[in-house]
Amino acid sequence: MNITFIPLSEFRPRMEALRQEKGMDFLRDIIGMDWGEEGIGAIYMLENSTTKENIAVATRTTDRENTIIPTVSDIWQIANMYEREVFDFFGVVFSGHPFMRRLYLRNDWVGYPLRKDYDESEALNPVRMFSEKNEEDYLHTLSPDGTITTTLDNSFDDKEYVINIGPQHPATHGVLRFRLSLEGEFIRKVDVHCGYIHRGIEKISEKYTYPQILALTDRLDYLSAHQNRHALCMCIEKAMGLEITDRTQYIRTIMDELQRIDSHLLFVSCAAMDLGALTAFIYGFRDREKLLDIFEEVTGGRLIQNYNTIGGVQADITSGFAGKVKEYCKYILGKLQEYNDVFTNNTITRKRMIDVGVLSKEDAISYGCTGGTGRASGWSCDVRKRHPYALYDKVDFKEVLYSKGDCYDRLRLRIDEIKESVKIINQLIDNIPEGDYKVKTKPIIRIPEGSYHAAVEGSRGEFGVFIESRGEKSPYRIKFRPMGLPLVASMHTLLKGCKIADLMAIGATLDYVIPDIDR
Amino acid sequence: MFDFSIITTAIDQFLRSLMPSAMAVFLECVLVAVCVIVAYVLLAIVMIFMERKVCAAFQCRLGPMRVGFWGLLQVFADVFKMIIKEIIHFKRTDNLLYNLAPYLVVLSSLLTFSCLPFARGLEVLDFNMGIFFVMATSSFGVLGIMLAGWSSNNKYSMIGAMRSGAQMVSYELSIGLSMLTLVALSGTMQLSEIVERQADTWFIFKGHLPALTAFIIYLIAGNAETNRGPFDLPEAESELTAGYHTEYSGMGFGFFYVAEFMNLFIVSGIASTLFLGGWMPLHIPGLDGFNAVMDFIPGIVWFMGKTFFVIWLLMWVKWTFPRLRIDQVITLEWKYLVPIGLINLLIMTLCVVMGWTL
Repeated sequence: MNITFIPLSEFRPRMEALRQEKGMDFLRDIIGMDWGEEGIGAIYMLENSTTKENIAVATRTTDRENTIIPTVSDIWQIANMYEREVFDFFGVVFSGHPFMRRLYLRNDWVGYPLRKDYDESEALNPVRMFSEKNEEDYLHTLSPDGTITTTLDNSFDDKEYVINIGPQHPATHGVLRFRLSLEGEFIRKVDVHCGYIHRGIEKISEKYTYPQILALTDRLDYLSAHQNRHALCMCIEKAMGLEITDRTQYIRTIMDELQRIDSHLLFVSCAAMDLGALTAFIYGFRDREKLLDIFEEVTGGRLIQNYNTIGGVQADITSGFAGKVKEYCKYILGKLQEYNDVFTNNTITRKRMIDVGVLSKEDAISYGCTGGTGRASGWSCDVRKRHPYALYDKVDFKEVLYSKGDCYDRLRLRIDEIKESVKIINQLIDNIPEGDYKVKTKPIIRIPEGSYHAAVEGSRGEFGVFIESRGEKSPYRIKFRPMGLPLVASMHTLLKGCKIADLMAIGATLDYVIPDIDR
Repeated sequence: MFDFSIITTAIDQFLRSLMPSAMAVFLECVLVAVCVIVAYVLLAIVMIFMERKVCAAFQCRLGPMRVGFWGLLQVFADVFKMIIKEIIHFKRTDNLLYNLAPYLVVLSSLLTFSCLPFARGLEVLDFNMGIFFVMATSSFGVLGIMLAGWSSNNKYSMIGAMRSGAQMVSYELSIGLSMLTLVALSGTMQLSEIVERQADTWFIFKGHLPALTAFIIYLIAGNAETNRGPFDLPEAESELTAGYHTEYSGMGFGFFYVAEFMNLFIVSGIASTLFLGGWMPLHIPGLDGFNAVMDFIPGIVWFMGKTFFVIWLLMWVKWTFPRLRIDQVITLEWKYLVPIGLINLLIMTLCVVMGWTL
């Protein structure tokens, strides 16, 4: 992957030019980076959503005390969140950012953990046995004399009716916390607090060998376990120049699609549950169970399968696999009609979802909402079509697109995508070629020096892996593109003027998974 | 039909022969109260069991199967658990109101429950304005819910209570209107008399179109009154965790839970009394043989059968539909049900005056 470095002084105008003149409207990711002697900075991965042209630019500064980079959060809306993450881990203050607050770690955390000179001693950051107070959220702004000042975050005042949705709440599907300011049933302000399940996977990975890191990817978005691991394996294989067999490609593609069906089934059932239709919820889980049985038979795991590995897959598929998958595909197509009957076409569902939480195409791109959410808004953002990998350029399938971008489109899109996944599986399942399921690799895997990137279409968006290697057996820096963070970021726009009940409908149909956001 | 008042009169005379009449009346009151409470609790247990099994059947599950044969003892075990659970007190609650609220809710539903005519001669509270009494007692249950939400000092509870207030007070209107429609048809407000007047045909047939409309409105509004899906906004578990009873534990929660189920029974019981003839068997004018056979089935079986049929209908609705949003709930009531109910009342009055009933 080529990274173009831009000097700090030219950074803002060059970024604006990229957006305006080259039409780079999709900011895929901002990767904070500590290059050591050469400075601290960030890599910006940009894409033109129409021409699919990719570019990676970076900027850095050698000042480790007052590390300041101009913000791009006014150019791409999602940069707001990404920059907060970079600030959290690298201490880079983005000048002009409206809301520079730590994203994942506690406000009293000492130091910036992903810097290479970070002091890991436990004395500095002991396990704190008291909870963080809302009043202790700090904002970091740049004062005119060039220093960074820290002020208290006063976004909610005492007179407002502030309510917490989460971190323990049935509708957040995990430990995410929204602070809402309510006026009756209406939501006036939203503040997202992430980090309740932050495990520092990127930091841990810097000390692990590559095969060890594989075990962590399944635990990011547990409903895209296969795809996540596929992305990491693909990135490492690309870096090592490893050719994998056709049989592996077939198995990986089929498993990815099965995982997508699994995730979408859970999506539909959980959307039903959030709207209060418990019967539809149980129907989805009943059908998902059969799929998990297939996973269990092949991989040994039901949720966390640990199946892909560098150079192939852990174990060959079982003899009855093809038959069972075909049977399941037939079964699930019949059941989709049942979901439509009991839930999707229900009048109340339609009334609750149509025209609620409309995400325009421009906003979807600006927020980087890939996956089903982006496609429901009419943005053709499927990685399987944009940058085909594995066997996706050989199979025939349709990229499902809707145009309105409301909750109902997002719901229907998932059901349609299950059909497309079945179509892909049906094309592949009878033709799995003979051969090795795994290429032999060296016991110790090293990646040549350089930067590498690979992306797959996860169950809820583009899942990217970025590896910066210095030729060691562990990465210098590894970054996973979270699929859920853009979705959560877009809630700020979607929730304006909505009611509490709409929050559930929007949250359910955006389909975020928290461990993927927090990593 | 067997008249239950024979038994009650016999007991009354027996007691009066033993003791002064004031004492006898007092003892009878105690006896009746005990009977009502026991029936109330037993029916609640039956309903909870039914809810679980019906819900399981809709969801392709078995429901409770382990405790006792076919899970029959499960609810008893749950009730026992609920009774021995600790009642947790919170520091900043309004203690008086917090403790009062569950009793208000139960009191309201108990009073309404005592008005139901279970069979001929088997009614506790029966006087010439029974319908008004039912409407009055059933509507102060919302007070308990509001107090619970307010006194818990919890923001979720507060929102739940506010929703409940908006919803229940609104739907009170529709219930009242559909009941009045039937009062117009029957010409009496006494519940036992209403049942007696359905001896030839049930009101839902007698009043044909307007009665059917009133029945549907009643079912919708009754469902909303009992806070059950798709109108379970006050306790919407995916939005407000548990709504107004979030902070209650042990029997405090138990009372809300039981009252909710019994309110469902009461709503269905009143529906069967007003529309489906209560304990009155199915009589078809002209078919005397058929009517005589129907009379052999005891009234209590007829009443329970009809009531549980309506309950089953409402459970079917609950386990099929997603939850409505608060503005949709209010729109449905004020823009559709109330105007339809008003016009329906007018049509019914016209039908009665012109003699267009069956």
